[in-house]
Amino acid sequence: MLRLDGITKVFGGLTALEDISFSINEGLITGIIGPNGAGKTTLFNIVTGLYAQTTGEVYLGEKNISFLNTERLARLGVVRTFQNVELFGQMTVLENVMVGLHTQSSSGIFSCAFKLPGHLKEEKIIREKSMEWLKFTGMVDIADMKAGNLPFGKGRLLEISRALAARPRMILMDEPAAGLNSRETDELAMLIRKIRKEGITITLVEHDMDLVMDICDSIVVLNLGKKLAEGTPRQIQENPAVISAYLGEG
Amino acid sequence: MFLKKQNIMTEKRQQILVFFIFATAVLMVPLFLKGSYLLNVLVFVGINTMLAVALNLLLGYAGQISLGHAAFFGIGAYISGIITTRFPIDPFLIIILAAFCAGVLAFVIGFPILKLKGHYLAMATLGFGVILYIIFNETVDFTGGPSGLSSIPSLHIGSLVFDNDWNNYYLVWVFTLAVMLLSINLFQSRIGRALRAIHDSEVAARVMGVNARVLKVQIFTVSAVISAVAGSLYAHIMTFIAPASFGFNFSVELLTMVVIGGLGSIYGSFLGAAILTMLPEFLRVFQDFDIIVYGLMLMLITMFMPGGLVGGMQKMAEITVAKIRKMKGKNAQA
Amino acid sequence: MDYSRQLFQYILSGLSNGAIYALIGFGFAMIYNATGIINFAQGEFVMLGGMLTVFFLTVLKLSIIPAIVLAVVISTIVGICFERLAIRPLKNAKPLSLIIITIGASIFIRGAAMLIWGKDTHAVPAFSGNDPIYIAGATILPQHLWIFAVTILIIIAGRIFFNYSITGKAMRACAYNAQAAGLVGINVKNMVLLSFAISSAIGSMAGIIIAPLTMTSYDVGVMLGLKGFCAVIIGGMSSGLSTVMGGLLLGLLEALGAGYISASYKDAIAFIILLLILFIRPEGLFAKKEAERF
Repeated sequence: MLRLDGITKVFGGLTALEDISFSINEGLITGIIGPNGAGKTTLFNIVTGLYAQTTGEVYLGEKNISFLNTERLARLGVVRTFQNVELFGQMTVLENVMVGLHTQSSSGIFSCAFKLPGHLKEEKIIREKSMEWLKFTGMVDIADMKAGNLPFGKGRLLEISRALAARPRMILMDEPAAGLNSRETDELAMLIRKIRKEGITITLVEHDMDLVMDICDSIVVLNLGKKLAEGTPRQIQENPAVISAYLGEG
Repeated sequence: MFLKKQNIMTEKRQQILVFFIFATAVLMVPLFLKGSYLLNVLVFVGINTMLAVALNLLLGYAGQISLGHAAFFGIGAYISGIITTRFPIDPFLIIILAAFCAGVLAFVIGFPILKLKGHYLAMATLGFGVILYIIFNETVDFTGGPSGLSSIPSLHIGSLVFDNDWNNYYLVWVFTLAVMLLSINLFQSRIGRALRAIHDSEVAARVMGVNARVLKVQIFTVSAVISAVAGSLYAHIMTFIAPASFGFNFSVELLTMVVIGGLGSIYGSFLGAAILTMLPEFLRVFQDFDIIVYGLMLMLITMFMPGGLVGGMQKMAEITVAKIRKMKGKNAQA
Repeated sequence: MDYSRQLFQYILSGLSNGAIYALIGFGFAMIYNATGIINFAQGEFVMLGGMLTVFFLTVLKLSIIPAIVLAVVISTIVGICFERLAIRPLKNAKPLSLIIITIGASIFIRGAAMLIWGKDTHAVPAFSGNDPIYIAGATILPQHLWIFAVTILIIIAGRIFFNYSITGKAMRACAYNAQAAGLVGINVKNMVLLSFAISSAIGSMAGIIIAPLTMTSYDVGVMLGLKGFCAVIIGGMSSGLSTVMGGLLLGLLEALGAGYISASYKDAIAFIILLLILFIRPEGLFAKKEAERF
């Protein structure tokens, strides 16, 4: 579904990513792992259009999306969450999710300010769909809470709900388990599986090895900006290069 | 689920009710103040409210600062003033023209200027404001330069001439109430949410497909158009304008109004505008102290009351309600 | 001959204004590098320098040197108070809040100056007389020489401070990476305070040396502050040589523009340059991609 072809990113004189190529298969959960500084988040930033790669191409299906900007990619169904949770803190939980439906609605500034019928109708649909997604992630009872006041774990969940509302074909999650306790991590694993059942492709960067080995269908290992290995969790666990470079440390 | 829906309904109804009460109060006020100086002051409260709301759309909703908004106010005032003093055209048509010109200018400079963030944006808008201020001062043939432009005709509809406080009050407040209502509507809407999302986290908003670049320019343009309309009204009401009213100091005053009232709060902008317009009128001493007080207010409110006066009051109300509930709960237990 | 003499005159006054802009720009860059804040109150320290000097000279009848020293000391104290009272209490504040607070501080200081000293414009006597010196047919005032001398001295002192003293190196470390600097035992908070102290001192010094040429009043800070910011934007946010270049270039363009295009649009020229650079090359004309920040 998503194919990276020879992605290289150079910052100043520093090569953060070097000739990375791999594919992410539709409907599966792919994990990207690697020690700190391996370039995982940089890779996410490139795929989601926040950084421009130095060379290389990204394809979504047959479509070359190499230099599309973030908002265009969102419309094509590529959304992400952030390592340190980027919520709209001044808005309610429900409103956060409603922003997720931005691309599925079209009322302009004029129609919104004058409350034209088209906008009101759209607004109703947005609200209903958003509530459905909150139900999906189990956050209905705190829909009116200000997002900035949420505990960290709930914030993570909200970020995922919001991403789901954007009706993605693919979600990239940047360390979704960071900062969660073990119960929350278990719930997250369940939620991620539930999302896959909806037919959404998931790619995640994660340090929690148990989680990665547990839920991922396929794993890509990065080390120092290069792709070290690629395969099923079992293959990765048995790969000597990975063990020496990464798992061996722990 | 059903309960939630009802909540939303009552919330919306509440909003409409509040605006209805506010608008009625505003429209009734002149009945009690006929011939009073206060009525004259309230005309300018109206104009400043319109300006503060315009800036609030940009600053409070979208989180983008402008230190050059007085320039758009000036563009409206000067376009109306210059044309209507020279040509016998219906001044209302010129207001539309002025609004259009300000909008086009805002749209054109909006793209490069709103690419900038934070401090750089502040400096760029400030620079833009200063450039226009210099133009107002130096194009003496048109603007009259520092000594100003006088004998601007009053507005009129048929035989109804807007040359007294009573008429001007209604003229200004009809515009101001309309701007307030539309802005309140915008807040809880697709575009309003997208703007507030940009305010809180531009990158997350973009990931959700919000075209931040275009939306910021749109709201900047709308804000400029409203400011220009306020400027035109100001010119026709004052019948005299000079560059000093459209300089950096006034941009900062507008900023102070918005911050005092509370970022994002439309009634807050009214409150801020009312306070800053009335204080110097009624506290003579204040006139010497005004900028020192503005400075202190900006600092203290930003540091200790980030929601402004309206935000602070809401917080206090929430705390009180929570306390009452707690007490009730205790009573029930007992 | 007349033409080239005139040109020389423009260049000279442009360079001396430019030196002032560079000094003010230094102050901006120093605080920016330490904190990521653009201090909108920077210009007010320039005003304070000039106004305090006037105050000590005319009201307290001090002689010029103690007046200058006291003016710099008091401006610095104001800068320190500003950091302590308005900047330090804010932790992780959003840029928008910081902008509003420094603007608030700026008009507060200006308002206080207006209350204390009134709205009049004051003259400051030149440090060593007003007898023009003739160079190559153009005239130069002794005050111009003072401006160049003081600017060069401050730049050299800054270079020595940042490259050779422990404190200066610590400040540079904070600018590169405050967190890492904190880890190796540098007191980052003190470094921020120091950056405010130094930049208000330099700002006030700039205000003092320019005052004899331009006169001073409570509201000169706005324009001078903006020009200094302009200089630092042209040069890029490093308080090194590129800021000096930025300042000098701005001064030159302004003087030439005022001379050959229109004197009344002199100030507009600076801001048009500012906007153009912000639009086209916000990292500055002279900054390398990874320029040294001090």
